[in-house]
Amino acid sequence: MIREVNISDITAVVKAACQEIAFDYSPDILKKLHEAKDAEPGIRSQAAMEMLEENAKIASEERIPICQDTGLVTVWIHAGQEVHFTGGSVKDAVQEGVRQAYTESHLRASVVSDPLFDRVNTKDNTPAVVYFDITEGDQVRIELTAKGFGSENMSRIKMLKPAEGLEGVKDFVIETIRLAGPNACPPMIVGVGIGGTFDYSAYLSKRALLRKLDDGNADERYRKLEDELLEAANQLMIGPMGLHGVTTALSVKIETAPTHIAGLPCAVNICCHACRHKEVVL
Amino acid sequence: MKTITLPAEETLLTSLHAGDRVLLSGTVYTARDAAHKRMIEALERGEPLPFEIENAAVYYVGPTPASDGRAIGSAGPTTSSRMDKYTPKLMDEGLRVMIGKGRRSPEVIDSIRRHHGVYFVACGGAGALLSHCIIHAEPVAYEDLLAEAVVKLTLKEFPCFVGIDSEGNDIYEMEDEPARR
Repeated sequence: MIREVNISDITAVVKAACQEIAFDYSPDILKKLHEAKDAEPGIRSQAAMEMLEENAKIASEERIPICQDTGLVTVWIHAGQEVHFTGGSVKDAVQEGVRQAYTESHLRASVVSDPLFDRVNTKDNTPAVVYFDITEGDQVRIELTAKGFGSENMSRIKMLKPAEGLEGVKDFVIETIRLAGPNACPPMIVGVGIGGTFDYSAYLSKRALLRKLDDGNADERYRKLEDELLEAANQLMIGPMGLHGVTTALSVKIETAPTHIAGLPCAVNICCHACRHKEVVL
Repeated sequence: MKTITLPAEETLLTSLHAGDRVLLSGTVYTARDAAHKRMIEALERGEPLPFEIENAAVYYVGPTPASDGRAIGSAGPTTSSRMDKYTPKLMDEGLRVMIGKGRRSPEVIDSIRRHHGVYFVACGGAGALLSHCIIHAEPVAYEDLLAEAVVKLTLKEFPCFVGIDSEGNDIYEMEDEPARR
């Protein structure tokens, strides 16, 4: 059975998601921030955590964005193969949702039209990065993030040799977190993509940031590695805002894919504490 | 906690130490990547800067647009190191105070030391909270840059830490002080 989905629904969902995540932390991150505040042993790191908690409250109550960098939006459209889109272009519908949210809700337009020669602001935060995926069934699942670039800029990728193995992955992830330091607005959330190709590992590392903080990897070996990397990250003592403390990261998430016999791609996508993401099923 | 009114006397700036918690009041100018680029290009052409740089304070911020009835939108610090390339030149011209987040280059630290300036760090990702401490905003230049325009801000008890003091000490190289429980 073919199910019809009007593209205006996609615009509405994208718009609402952009608006919600700009002002409200997800409850799992709020809870972790609260726990982290109580764990901080230092005056400055504790003060930073208190400010983040107060900021979350003000943002939500007064509808002032959590952070002035309201991000570059990435959207995933997982479309069931029994869906027939009506009413126009799905791609345009996504961009329209972003445009409406950013212009109507006083969110920051942070996109320039060309990266090198014409860094001219597009004024409505479009274009978003959009990925399409065909799934079974008749539903449309939309995932969305709005990622700030303070942390995005600190992300890295490395084509490890297979012989470097587990230790190579661990060293690269921890080195990346160390180099990110105070610039990435810690406590961070760290997405790791292992395997695939050069580009696909980076894609996976971004996908890892979509998971809930308490959602460990389904494979026990990777779940243990996530825990181990989180512990090692916190032993760096970078701390909240880099002011020296025990909470450098709130979570490390790993996504993996099969890869080539000659390769071990590893990408680390660093996200600040305001890891803004939302999922909606149509 | 110390309260500093900007622009501040040199003796006041040199009395601060990395790690001090301070509240900033007074006048600062917003400028980030694109505004810095234009200011440096203006200097290279022998043109004046859009504001009086002597003893001035710059806040690295690109705020969200203000909602009705507010001076400014969300307005936390952006990563300062992107401005490192331009900072020594601006300090040579008179800039003394910077507010941002994250580490600075050895060249910037050296410039801060030579000019007896101060680099303050504010809490990244606390833009809603910090917007409460900005009571007035007045466009100055480069309005076509939107969030990257130069805006004159009036701060009121804006919380931050001394990041790099006039002797070049760096908060990110220090241990924290134990909190009293």
